[in-house]
Amino acid sequence: MALIERRIKELYERNPLSRRVVEEIHSVAGKLREKGFNHLKIMNFCGTHEWTITHYGLRSLMPDNVELIAGPGCPVCITPGHYVDLLVELSMEGYVIHTYGDAYKLPGSKPVGIRSLYDAHIEGGDVRIVYGFLDAVKTAARERGRKHVFFAVGFETTMPSTAVPLSKGIVPDNLLILSAYRYTPPIMRYLLEKVPGAHLDGILAPGHVSAVIGSEAWRFLPEEYGIPTVVAGFEPLDVLLAIYYMLKMLYKGEPGLINEYKRVVKPNGNPDALKAMRMVYEARDAYWRGIGVVPRSGGYHRDEYLKHDLYHYLGIEDKPVNDNLPGCRCGEVSLGLVKPTDCPLFMKTCTPSSPYGPCMVSVEGTCRIWAENLPLKL
Amino acid sequence: MELCLGIPAEVLETRREGELLIVKVRMGGVIREVISAIEDLKPGEYVIVHAGVAVSRINKDELEEILSIWSQIV
Ligand code: SF4
Repeated sequence: MALIERRIKELYERNPLSRRVVEEIHSVAGKLREKGFNHLKIMNFCGTHEWTITHYGLRSLMPDNVELIAGPGCPVCITPGHYVDLLVELSMEGYVIHTYGDAYKLPGSKPVGIRSLYDAHIEGGDVRIVYGFLDAVKTAARERGRKHVFFAVGFETTMPSTAVPLSKGIVPDNLLILSAYRYTPPIMRYLLEKVPGAHLDGILAPGHVSAVIGSEAWRFLPEEYGIPTVVAGFEPLDVLLAIYYMLKMLYKGEPGLINEYKRVVKPNGNPDALKAMRMVYEARDAYWRGIGVVPRSGGYHRDEYLKHDLYHYLGIEDKPVNDNLPGCRCGEVSLGLVKPTDCPLFMKTCTPSSPYGPCMVSVEGTCRIWAENLPLKL
Repeated sequence: MELCLGIPAEVLETRREGELLIVKVRMGGVIREVISAIEDLKPGEYVIVHAGVAVSRINKDELEEILSIWSQIV
């Protein structure tokens, strides 16, 4: 028996709770079908939820009228290619580039040649993989004679990593930051308003983003768009329960917001982190790779912190270039419009060991997750 | 190293660097220093660590509670 099938069997049989939740999901979905709901689309925002769903084969446990689709919750996937291009160049000019392992192989806008920081490293660029911003702070403090750049990729969950040290004034002067931060609620609004064909019946809101911004940050989804929304944890049971809650709300015709991940997420999030983030960053319109410019979705350094801002230091403009790689459908994958398997390059030109497009790079990328966990039900 | 994976960890020690609170945590078998985005974190508490930052406390009572909710609902 394939590994994944064994996992599903374990999940379903050994755990009577999950079996019962799945039975409940089928029962509510059946009643919804009688009401004419023949195709319900539930989007999981977060890449880690996609991992849980795919790894544990949860799609194969769903009734036929419930489709689980992956959303834009992979920060590396939507990080603009021109940021990588710039860092590649700087690494060759003597700057030390600090990056999370996840963004190390992220291709910039070029389809061939030195495409990523990984390629730049091989070609002699000084690129270092860090576990977190603290590593970059320690290294820059030790190597004062050189300019260091931290590649700050991520959503609100990652923003405190630079916001807190910057707000406390402990960042060495020779450490610059390229802020690729993006805020998550604006992309959901964008998806629902601007993307044709993006109809959703339920939204699984991100657990750890919500730990920072609070579950209340998602209240606009049920209130303004009428979509049942559940903030959930990352265990298979968390996800199954969240789906059950959403279907139940749909059946009752009462779309609301439920926080299933109360053990970690508070209604107002983490006030200390939010305070530092507001002090250091302001939201401005920003480009999402493969998607476009999303209103007030980018975290930019406020004036007081500009001395650490890479673009400000270099005196150049943060200007997107065409970074859509020919043939890659990562943007549409991120918006849940197509599946990785709809991309002709999936597992052919583009594989986890040799990623061509951004969605194959990060462990949160839908293409990478599908490549490594071969979904049973597509 | 992975960006978006939040990992549960136990706080072992805390120290200050200037005003910044730095905590030593145990995540699985690994012990690391991370930045605390929670001002009053203390040893013995459990947190979610994300990209080198303790971003949220784990509330152990809620953990118990969720298990009981699960068994009630289904
Ligand atoms: S499989 Fe690769 S090329 Fe295709 S959409 Fe995904 S990342 Fe892009």
